[in-house]
Amino acid sequence: MKKYSALSLVRNALGHNRHWQPAWRKPAPKQEYDVVVVGGGGHGLATAYYLAKEHGIRNVAVLEKGWVGGGNTGRNTTIVRSNYLWTEASLLYEKSMQLWEGLSQELNYNVMFSQRGVYNLGHNLQDMRDIERRVSANRLNGIDAEVVGPAEISKAIPLLDTSASARYPVLGASLQRRAGVARHDAVAWGFARAADALGVDIIEQCEVTGIRRNGGRVVGVETTRGNVVANKVAVVVAGHASVLAEMAGMRLPIESHPLQAFVSEPLKPALDTVVMSGAVHGYISQSDKGELVIGAGIDAYNGYGQRGSFQTIEHTMEAIVALFPSFSRVRMLRQWGGIVDVCPDACPIISKTPVDGLYFNCGWGTGGFKATPGSGWAFAHTIARDQPHELNAPFSLQRFVSGALIDEHGAAAVAH
Amino acid sequence: MSSNRLSSGGRLQRSQPIRFSFNGKTYGAFAGDTLASGLLANGVAVVGRSFKLRRPRGIVGAGAEEPNAIVQVGRGAAAIPNLRATQVELYDGLVARSSKGWPSVNFDIGAVNGAVSRVLAAGFYYKTFMWPQRLWHYYERGIRASAGFGTVPDGPDPNYYVHRNAHCDILVAGGGPAGLMAALVAARSGARVILADEQCEFGGSLLASRELVGDVAAPYWVGEVVAELSRMENVTLLKRSTVFGYYDHNFVAIAERCTDHLAPGESGGPRERLWRVRARQVILAQGAIERPLVFCNNDRPGVMTASAVSTYINRYAVCPGDSAVVFTNNDSAYQAALDLNRAGARVVVIDSRAEGAAALGAAAREAGIPILQGHVVCNVSGRRNVTGVRVALWNGDISERVHPGINIDCDLVAMSGGWSPAVHLHSQSGGSNHWNADKQCFVPGDAVQAASVAGAAAGDFTSRACLQGGHDAAAAALAACGMAAKAVAVPEVDDVDEHALQPLWRVPAAKDPDRCPKQFVDFQNDTSVADIRLAVREGYRNVEHVKRYTALGFGTDQGKLGNINGMAVLAECLGEDIPAVGTTTFRPAYTPVTFGLGAGENTGELLDPLRKTAIHACHELAGAPMEVVGQWHRPWFFPQPGEDLHAAVERECLAVRNRVGMMDASTLGKIDARGPDVVAFLERIYTHDIGKMQVGRCAYGIMLGEDGMLMDDGVMARIGEQQFYLTTTTGGAAHVLAWLESWLQTEWPELEVYLTSLTDQYSTIAVAGPKSREVLQSLDCTVDLDRESFAFMSVREAELAGMPVQLFRVSFSGELAFEVNVDSRYAADMWRAIAAAGEPFGMTPYGTEAMHVLRAEKGFVIVGQDTDGSVTPLDLRMNWLLSKQKDFLGKRSLARPDCLRPDRKQLVGLLSVDGRTVIPEGTQLVDDPEAPVPVPMCGHVTSSYYSACLQQPIALALVAAGRQRHDERIYAALADGSAVAVTITSPVFYDAEGERQHV
Amino acid sequence: MLLIKCPWCGERAETEFSYGGEAGIKRPLEPDKLTDEEWADYLFNRSNPKGAHHELWNHAGGCRRWFEAERDTVTYRIAVTREL
Repeated sequence: MKKYSALSLVRNALGHNRHWQPAWRKPAPKQEYDVVVVGGGGHGLATAYYLAKEHGIRNVAVLEKGWVGGGNTGRNTTIVRSNYLWTEASLLYEKSMQLWEGLSQELNYNVMFSQRGVYNLGHNLQDMRDIERRVSANRLNGIDAEVVGPAEISKAIPLLDTSASARYPVLGASLQRRAGVARHDAVAWGFARAADALGVDIIEQCEVTGIRRNGGRVVGVETTRGNVVANKVAVVVAGHASVLAEMAGMRLPIESHPLQAFVSEPLKPALDTVVMSGAVHGYISQSDKGELVIGAGIDAYNGYGQRGSFQTIEHTMEAIVALFPSFSRVRMLRQWGGIVDVCPDACPIISKTPVDGLYFNCGWGTGGFKATPGSGWAFAHTIARDQPHELNAPFSLQRFVSGALIDEHGAAAVAH
Repeated sequence: MSSNRLSSGGRLQRSQPIRFSFNGKTYGAFAGDTLASGLLANGVAVVGRSFKLRRPRGIVGAGAEEPNAIVQVGRGAAAIPNLRATQVELYDGLVARSSKGWPSVNFDIGAVNGAVSRVLAAGFYYKTFMWPQRLWHYYERGIRASAGFGTVPDGPDPNYYVHRNAHCDILVAGGGPAGLMAALVAARSGARVILADEQCEFGGSLLASRELVGDVAAPYWVGEVVAELSRMENVTLLKRSTVFGYYDHNFVAIAERCTDHLAPGESGGPRERLWRVRARQVILAQGAIERPLVFCNNDRPGVMTASAVSTYINRYAVCPGDSAVVFTNNDSAYQAALDLNRAGARVVVIDSRAEGAAALGAAAREAGIPILQGHVVCNVSGRRNVTGVRVALWNGDISERVHPGINIDCDLVAMSGGWSPAVHLHSQSGGSNHWNADKQCFVPGDAVQAASVAGAAAGDFTSRACLQGGHDAAAAALAACGMAAKAVAVPEVDDVDEHALQPLWRVPAAKDPDRCPKQFVDFQNDTSVADIRLAVREGYRNVEHVKRYTALGFGTDQGKLGNINGMAVLAECLGEDIPAVGTTTFRPAYTPVTFGLGAGENTGELLDPLRKTAIHACHELAGAPMEVVGQWHRPWFFPQPGEDLHAAVERECLAVRNRVGMMDASTLGKIDARGPDVVAFLERIYTHDIGKMQVGRCAYGIMLGEDGMLMDDGVMARIGEQQFYLTTTTGGAAHVLAWLESWLQTEWPELEVYLTSLTDQYSTIAVAGPKSREVLQSLDCTVDLDRESFAFMSVREAELAGMPVQLFRVSFSGELAFEVNVDSRYAADMWRAIAAAGEPFGMTPYGTEAMHVLRAEKGFVIVGQDTDGSVTPLDLRMNWLLSKQKDFLGKRSLARPDCLRPDRKQLVGLLSVDGRTVIPEGTQLVDDPEAPVPVPMCGHVTSSYYSACLQQPIALALVAAGRQRHDERIYAALADGSAVAVTITSPVFYDAEGERQHV
Repeated sequence: MLLIKCPWCGERAETEFSYGGEAGIKRPLEPDKLTDEEWADYLFNRSNPKGAHHELWNHAGGCRRWFEAERDTVTYRIAVTREL
């Protein structure tokens, strides 16, 4: 891997940029791998990277049916935070946060992780109780968090309507200063490039059509580019987890739903942080390009269509205009949808399965992007050791049987 | 400064001269001009700067495709950011400025970027700014400051927006020749028609056309058709209305701009109207967009599309240059040459094709226009305006360099790379597109929804074919609607012979594409041929990767000009055919849509319904601050002069404990459940045994989700053998009713039970305290209220103060108490009557806060505050409520191992060891505050108050294995890092035996 | 916004309806006889197909009746709606 730097930019510019190398190879699938990772999104690529880097397992293929980063990795609103309520969730997301904090350097790829802070607004007394509870828990877990009042919020977010006359006045907020946003495509590309450099084969346009088993053990996968033998198959395909599970004869506690988002036209800096509101159902940040990046709610129905219904967009615009009255004249440039797989307790599954050698990482709902490095890190551990790391042990499939659900609904009733 | 205004022609109201200001200078124009035509008329060349390299840019197009002329119109809170000058209708006094360029559009400091443009190639930002890590924040600040176009208005929107739902048989999107013809046929056949067009007048390409339609001039034909349509009652004509979104099940969204073309203050009414249309059939007739040609420095001001030049001449009477070069690979641009010639400009045609054009070529030659066939423009000179072009002979081989031989001085380049049908809405509707090799463009494939595509949008580029296509589409749509099409003659238009277009996606230059001056594909984002080649070189080969890596198509024009050229350049790099590269998905909006439009009137105070009880006015009169509980506003406390929350709540609580208080409990959910099987049904819903309940008795009941977690609670009363009255929490009312219905209808349809919400019909006034019985007795209560005849947990029909009521003897405070259910129409009267009757007894109204304190003193939980969806009834010590005799929803889940763990968090009480500190609600509890991070937590505080009655703070909490830990000391970890010692106690702090409510 | 045909009221906009998830999940008659695994399967596991989906809708803003729909989860086309 040729190192990226300001110097490399200048040197290549002098050569009219004709000597740059491919960020990752385009290998044909081999017949056999130690581990096959199904899904070339951020989580899958991170899994492969950490398998190679942390566990020395380099004979790894990432099989992607389309192009890397083309699923939810390229369709989310890029918020990164770790201020979750429950200890199980917050420790996992905090692991991820710590990886984010050095990720550009680690990957030698600028993922533009921007720690511009995330405000979760509280609009009524119960919101404020929940905020107190969450902030208190975060601090004990070593996660930076604070409760801020309307005056401070108003100073940090001048265009936010903090007046008492608002339909849902802002009573306060939790603030995580280390939270922020990142450049979503760059995360996939950076992990792909770094994993490739460690020997991982990233194979695009290669759809898995079957999971081969032999007596309760996984032995490989069938793909549109032939069969691949592997004793370990790790599935991390976001919205399509149930489809892959069916190939292995399993059902999952998951439903796939459309989740929509939209961006405005680029504007001069108007919002210097990330604002989320559960009561008013909206979350918003401004990208480095100047676009307001806005997450809409989940559409209620099951859907694999990567699109949702327009009233969902309308509701989000209502919320954004209510929170930021001067954004009323700003215009939506583009809207899109992703497919999120939602667990009953709004927490992910990073788990072994009843099939030996088959691992699933799914159920991230609306919270997947922020977890990308941590999820890959923990999943790689689970695959390499054939047992979960203590960080992801609570996120097993078994919890749905034993009843040990980690209900984040209480803290994050809306989207992340 | 030259004037490019032609002395005659155009569709201007020359009798209405207007003045407008752009970048601080004032110019003259006419009503009917756009900002773009006004600027061109006044010879303003530089109108913007590109996003990254800050190159000076001029107007390229004449409509929605414009990438460069991005302007801010208006001032202050009424400003509108990021408009395209080509779509801004001028009014007298309009103020506009360029969105980019600092300190000015003519001199932009950021233009230094251009000097190092090779370093700033595609994706450069992924490769640098990484060290040192902490500095990214500062790099980023600089990047952000230089990014963006327009500025957010500096105050709340002074205008408003409305929504309108509409249904029609046939929606026609686009009012050009195809759309007008389709609408005419559909309308004459009696269909309900909506015709929407984004421009200020219908006609599309015909408005700038010099053709004859039938035997009249094209604009005249337009006028006649529009006049006829506007007289028809079954037709809705929407101009200035963009069909921007095509969603599932033929739901189509249209943005109608009602007032932006008027001077501020000239019009009332909404600024924009969102039409939410459900159409039986949709005809997409949005025309086509002309492609630029990709040559060196093709972004210089003065380089425009040929059709835009024609539009400015014919429609706006502006000739954008005196001396023009028309550069084309197809016949259509010759029309621009003819128009320029007629307007008096010098003009030369450079045609890449060796054979040149057919009929229009002959016409041009006849007009004396010089034509260079088999030549290309390979470079442009001039910086703030074109000064000339370099022309080279070309043999049609893209892989070879050319040798520029000729310089032609000019101040305008009109280019045409062919046409791309506007397939956006078809694509949004789920339709795919196919490459048409003859026409060298993507054309729409089969419709997926009830729709068709007609005219240029379907790849039929002549007016004649558009008219026919519109006619045929309407006939087919009518047939699909089961309606007969009336015979309507399609007017004749002369077809002109054309030679085939020559594919020319990248014009060869004197150097290879990586070394030659920039050949722009996407003007706004500065994406060049070299950038696309770089992306491919670096392995970003999929079209989606290329777009994301180079920002191709991510501008505010969404690639309307550049995308096809970009894909073709990519295809060349990959050595593949264009269709093999694939199309990208078009997503709404076709052109950007204001947030305000989407929000409509559902914002501000109308964001969400605000619910007030029937007694609300009394509370307002009493000066009670309101607590927001879901959609409800409930009185929080009733302050006396000089009292704060704490003083008022202490007084209110003591009044209830010692005398009597009253509160408005109307927000509780109320459900009437009746029917022959109501007992069987409720047995499955509630956890306790119901069958033995006697008529006239009440019980506290809880409902679990199937996961065993507490979902809601309330009082349920048996009104008759087959009738129950159920209450739910305030927040749970709607959900519980829907949930009960779902079980009845989907799981147990054999049960005959009827559920009716009474939440709004009845209001509830709680009268609580030792004197409550006396107060009610003094109101001529028709039932005996004494302890024996009206026992605790009973219900009676009665009259009180002459009004019929349902009287419950229940208590949420632990005191002797009654709840008065009264028809909401009488509720305020009843409130006043009870208040008056209670006065001699010291009646004190109390709010939600005192209610919370009183119930916490008794250890009564509030679902949603003391529980959070992960709490079982076992955790709350409600074992006594769980029937062993029957199954009920959620029962099986309680037997799962993790629901039986002894270390689950359980409800306890907490007392501050110091006897003073009120722990903030939500605070986490720890065994050892000194433990290293992450500090293990054993629970959290769910409710916490100062109890005036007990004269100390009390709290409820969920604590791991709390039931076994009474009297143990743990710590509340406060936000400031300090810890407060607390003692675990029973959650019942007051009257543990429950005697007071039984008196 | 989907257009959904309520079997009782006819075609109405999606905003009048609430979604009820997968249809045909029968509540076990004797839950206490089930293993924890079997109970969890009833409680949480869903087929979540990509394609034809039998699902429940409620005409919440209308007649309040529940009904079943067969809808494709990719095209969102509703093949049929029927009374339960």
